[in-house]
Amino acid sequence: MKILVAVKRVVDFNVKVRVLPDGSDVDTGNVKMSMNPFDEIAVEEAVRLKEAGKASEIVAVSIGGKKCEDTLRTALAMGADRALHIETDVPAIEPLAVAKLLAQVARQEQAKLILLGKQAIDDDANQTAQMLAALLNAPQATFAGKIDIGTDEITVVREIDGGTETLALRLPAVVSTDLRLNEPRFVKLPNLMQAKKKPLEKSTPADWGADISPRLHTLSYAEPQPRQAGVKVANVAELVSALKAAKAI
Amino acid sequence: MTTLVLAEHDGQTLQAATRNAISAAARLGAVDVLVAGDNVRGVAQAAANIAHVRTVLLAQAPHYAHQLAEEIAPLLVSLAEPYDHLAAAAGSFGKNIMPRAAALLNCPQISDLTEIIAADTFVRPIYAGNVLATVRNPGGKLVLTFRASAFDAAADTGGSADIREVPATAAQNLSRFVRRDLTESERPELTQAKVVVSGGRGLGSAEQFDALMTPLADTLGAAIGASRAAVDAGYAPNDYQVGQTGKIVAPELYIAVGVSGAIQHLAGMQGSKTVVAINKDPDAPIFAVADYGLVGDLFELVPQLTDALKQV
Repeated sequence: MKILVAVKRVVDFNVKVRVLPDGSDVDTGNVKMSMNPFDEIAVEEAVRLKEAGKASEIVAVSIGGKKCEDTLRTALAMGADRALHIETDVPAIEPLAVAKLLAQVARQEQAKLILLGKQAIDDDANQTAQMLAALLNAPQATFAGKIDIGTDEITVVREIDGGTETLALRLPAVVSTDLRLNEPRFVKLPNLMQAKKKPLEKSTPADWGADISPRLHTLSYAEPQPRQAGVKVANVAELVSALKAAKAI
Repeated sequence: MTTLVLAEHDGQTLQAATRNAISAAARLGAVDVLVAGDNVRGVAQAAANIAHVRTVLLAQAPHYAHQLAEEIAPLLVSLAEPYDHLAAAAGSFGKNIMPRAAALLNCPQISDLTEIIAADTFVRPIYAGNVLATVRNPGGKLVLTFRASAFDAAADTGGSADIREVPATAAQNLSRFVRRDLTESERPELTQAKVVVSGGRGLGSAEQFDALMTPLADTLGAAIGASRAAVDAGYAPNDYQVGQTGKIVAPELYIAVGVSGAIQHLAGMQGSKTVVAINKDPDAPIFAVADYGLVGDLFELVPQLTDALKQV
């Protein structure tokens, strides 16, 4: 079974981003970039499935600027077999456009399972996997906390408000990963060196016949009103009387 | 502008967040509500009583019983024609179904929006709530999910909408529901609670989490939340998690106990009205957003606080 994993290059989760003074964009110059944490989990799951003999090949795909190559090399170092880089300078490609491109890739690759992170930590959209499943007319299991592969069905435990839900999906299927699915492995230097020898194929959105022009206009970016630090109280009695005075209790 | 709001329910009761989505959608114009399920006329009646609702569309079929995205999305699409917006609350239910419908309609979605500027312009948080983006839809149909904590709930009485049965779409049979395991709780629902007490890694174990947080929550009639560190360490169940990757809450009072205050956690609670932090580390980032901070050993302070609150 072939697995397709989609990975995104985003500002590292530890970075506190700033908005440019004119509000025209988020300042992403000279900040640390990493693979989206949910996508790392997707790659890890694919690699574990291959190690367990459930998958034959793992293809990693990323869409975006030249530097996405680094993200794909990380996926290859984690254990993906080959990578596809759909290169474009179009900034902030919308989930629907990404889903259209991924649908083309999934069809060409005849992937049985497509793994994505449940959301990217930059746009926080949480849309791409669901949109991709719709375009492929494939079943979806979002927010996966556990995946079991059967012969022509997979069973997925999903994280939902209030608990979990278990679904069985016909293959091919699209699954988006939640944080609980696994703990991604640490990439060792020798693996990174080996990853440089693995195939990485370049193409452009036009090669896939997909229009990725934005449908929505972002008018401006702003930082939220900062919460002011309040006061430190000396003891519990002071805390309770302060809360009473503030009518919080 | 007219909006079709997808109702979230468990077959018996309408989920509270649907009322927040209805009041948000009402600010854009007329609101119809879709209730899909198997044998759910009771839910449709409850939706018809909600203020602002014009018409309730009722779709009943066995394959809608478990609210699978593969079955509900085509139903939304079959009903979408007269509407400018399709909308739902941004819980795990709405997040799962709405993008699938958007793609089938070839229209964009704006997720988890927190503010309505105009009928075509919305504000949504990105980068874990550290940036607010103002987004405009230049035209055409749009799918929206509303952050429930950013909008008041519509009153559950005062409406007198007609209920109109709509034909069911064909079963897709792409996926099969196996089971649902819900965390049993007598407490208020986390995203709707007026008071939330939240525990972090500082609590040290599941037993201590329970021994300290449960009495505090009981005293305040509060819901219990947790940081990701506490959930990952197994101190609290997954669905307690507050943060970018968990639930977004905005209660009147949020008490963070042994929570350091990582960006990821702050994204889920910085809309709270009053924030209290109890932590032994005076430099913990949580103190930068707390209205009232108490530095010290939580194993002494939390029982003291619980006792003091019992006297109030």
